[in-house]
Amino acid sequence: MQKRLVLDQQQISIILKRFCHQLIENHDTFENTVLLGLQPRGPIVSDKIVHLLEEISGIKVPFGYLDATFHRDDFRRRDFPLKANETKIDFLIEGKKVILIDDVLYKGRSVRAALDAMIAFGRPQKVELMILVDRKYTRDYPIMPDYCGFKVNTLETQYVSVEWKENGFEQDAIWITEKA
Amino acid sequence: MSQLSTRHLLGIKDISAEDIQLIFETADNFKEVLNRPIKKVPSLRDITIANVFFENSTRTRLSFELAEKRLSADVINFSSANSSVKKGETLIDTVNNILSMKVDMVVMRHSSVGAPHFLSKHIKANIVNAGDGTHEHPTQALLDAFSIREKLGDVAGKKVAIIGDILHSRVALSNIFCLQKLGAEVMVCGPITLLPKHIGSLGVKIEHDVEKALQWCDVANVLRIQLERQQIKYFPSLREYSLYFGINRKMLDRLDKEIVVMHPGPINRGVELNSDVADSEHSIILQQVENGVAIRMAVLYLLAGAK
Repeated sequence: MQKRLVLDQQQISIILKRFCHQLIENHDTFENTVLLGLQPRGPIVSDKIVHLLEEISGIKVPFGYLDATFHRDDFRRRDFPLKANETKIDFLIEGKKVILIDDVLYKGRSVRAALDAMIAFGRPQKVELMILVDRKYTRDYPIMPDYCGFKVNTLETQYVSVEWKENGFEQDAIWITEKA
Repeated sequence: MSQLSTRHLLGIKDISAEDIQLIFETADNFKEVLNRPIKKVPSLRDITIANVFFENSTRTRLSFELAEKRLSADVINFSSANSSVKKGETLIDTVNNILSMKVDMVVMRHSSVGAPHFLSKHIKANIVNAGDGTHEHPTQALLDAFSIREKLGDVAGKKVAIIGDILHSRVALSNIFCLQKLGAEVMVCGPITLLPKHIGSLGVKIEHDVEKALQWCDVANVLRIQLERQQIKYFPSLREYSLYFGINRKMLDRLDKEIVVMHPGPINRGVELNSDVADSEHSIILQQVENGVAIRMAVLYLLAGAK
């Protein structure tokens, strides 16, 4: 299987730090800001951001995990239903500035579903989207990230795989892989 | 696995332990949904579900209806008492007429054993058995086992005594299948006249002394005396039944351990359960009702998603 490295561990680390500085610039003391990792792969990115933000600024930003499985628009259009993941939000997002975090932005359908799912927890003041890898020219919905780590050109026949040491890989890395 | 091995839920006997685990994991997520400020998800917004009840029901019908509405399905309710069934219409004609209105799923309760199985062979819609005679009541067994898992962490290795009218209970049979598939030990306890003759062949322990059953078990699932199904007298009087098989607080206090008390409802207070037990900290009866909605949401969601 053909594999092309997009980002290595050092590049990912630089991007995550850049995200934190951008967030500090835009959200100052994070008084009214919360982070939401989009299941299933966003939480690992959001956990890293929360940890780094605390390291850099000493601020512990409230965070949670949001699963949008029950809000997806492809239910009954797939061969089998997607398995839901845990939603863990211990706060109301009414009036809050919410930063949605995911690893890869592709069609934009997951983010649309996440926006729908998020509303069940209140009406946010503002929503921003943070994405590690943006697959250009593939969007089905008019969704763009506010914070983007890296943009890549990909084909329908390819997918972007994100590997984390926490998941048993040797190094953090992001690859473009040809679908089998 | 993210898909059930069946497109109907006719009984626990027909599904696997993996199916049950998938339903539980999905119900965990729906339980979280039910605790949100907005308790509704749009998953089944293009699905129409008919609740077809040929027998009385309060809890199960309300629970299914709420689950369907929480999933954004369109719901129609049918009760045989006010319908053309009274005019002699057959089961299959009734259901086919309902299906002509483009119904995708049928939740059915019927007094005849096997009615949902029969229906599943003749119509295209997904069928959920909400109780067929004295045979099975799968969603009740699922929510019972789910409640045990929630309270005790796991079902495997637990000892569950089903106490009461086993002979007329569809809950008992579904519970036995479900608990055994999940690795629990099951005992049935009741007067000899209210235990089916060959119940031992299902691999359950049999006991007639309720105090011994309580001492043995981690969980007591107490069943109602189903007087409406009893054509003959199976015991001299309710008072005598209550004296020998009713569970009261003193009996629980005499045990050298804490046990969990369950009841599928409706409770005959003072017959199989005294109020000092039904309303005690041992009881998880109201949690069972709450879990019922999450379990039924999970079942409907998974069946609707199956192709």
